[in-house]
Amino acid sequence: MTDFTDEQIERYSRHIILPEVGGVGQMKLLDSKVLIIGAGGLGSPTAYYLAAAGVGTLGIVDFDVVDLSNLQRQIIHSTERIGMLKTESAKKTIQSLNPDVNVVTYNDKISSQNIMDLFEGYDYVLDGTDNFPTRYLINDACVLTGKTNIHGSIFRFEGQVTIFDAKEGPCYRCLYPEPPPPGLVPNCQEGGVLGVLAGIIGNMQAVETLKHILGIGDSMVGKLLIYDALKTEFRKLKLKKDKNCPICGPNPTIKELIDYEQFCGFSS
Amino acid sequence: MAVKVRIPSPLMKLTNNQSEVTAEGATIADLFNNLESQFAGIKDRICEENGTPRRFINIYLNEEDIRFLEGENTAVKEGDEVSIIPAIAGGLV
Repeated sequence: MTDFTDEQIERYSRHIILPEVGGVGQMKLLDSKVLIIGAGGLGSPTAYYLAAAGVGTLGIVDFDVVDLSNLQRQIIHSTERIGMLKTESAKKTIQSLNPDVNVVTYNDKISSQNIMDLFEGYDYVLDGTDNFPTRYLINDACVLTGKTNIHGSIFRFEGQVTIFDAKEGPCYRCLYPEPPPPGLVPNCQEGGVLGVLAGIIGNMQAVETLKHILGIGDSMVGKLLIYDALKTEFRKLKLKKDKNCPICGPNPTIKELIDYEQFCGFSS
Repeated sequence: MAVKVRIPSPLMKLTNNQSEVTAEGATIADLFNNLESQFAGIKDRICEENGTPRRFINIYLNEEDIRFLEGENTAVKEGDEVSIIPAIAGGLV
């Protein structure tokens, strides 16, 4: 552990004076390594706030470029960055906000071939993706590598947040053993989404990540938070580990990563 | 008895855009049949042909997943709340 600079003491002063964070907690944040998958609706606010909070290393994975239709919710990008790689755009925004953060960009489409390498060295994985094949891949890789998966998803006016950590609770497959067949469940592009909902759910992922790193408060492991923006209502449901879970149960049938695109006909 | 059923966004097209409806029945399976009589086509979206919920949809009785109770045979009582929670993928686009 190194000492804070004067500038860091000032930058993080509102954290450091919180008894639950303090200098020790702030140092934990600076030492933490978080991988954000998707620099889109959810990834924008999570990356932005985790950077502001002083999370020391942020990995950002995205293969796409900034598009005008993204800017209704993807606040880490801007109009002048249209056409720029999202990873580069996110890195620029983060570096101008907080030079303490080491931003590592991966301009890759995530697959079974590269996910294990991408995960290397990170403690936390934030799932801000938009399709089932990638969500199942992230879940399975997290279970196999023992990483904590901070999960958020949004649709129209509704969002879901939880933490999957198979070491102490359920994983995504305990909830939903396999992805839905194509066409039965819409994605955001088909269904639309209130832009600010991405901000709320993404920031809840950021809060839960910070709490987990700091070891404070109640964990979201084993709980699913559902936010309904139209009703202005939060609900919390219980999630249980499924003893028949195909990947984290006692008799797993899935022992290697699956690229669902190949046989489900999904596009991602 | 009447039970409140929460309808998720992807199924609201079938319930005239209502996010909360009332269904009658003594078990979850009864509720599904009652819902179908009110909103034709909804049961097929929630259940497999044999009446069990589809694998990408979970049904909660109050805060508990019915898979860890008695599945679709779980009894319901007045004042209970049933939630239909499908997997949703969105985030990035």
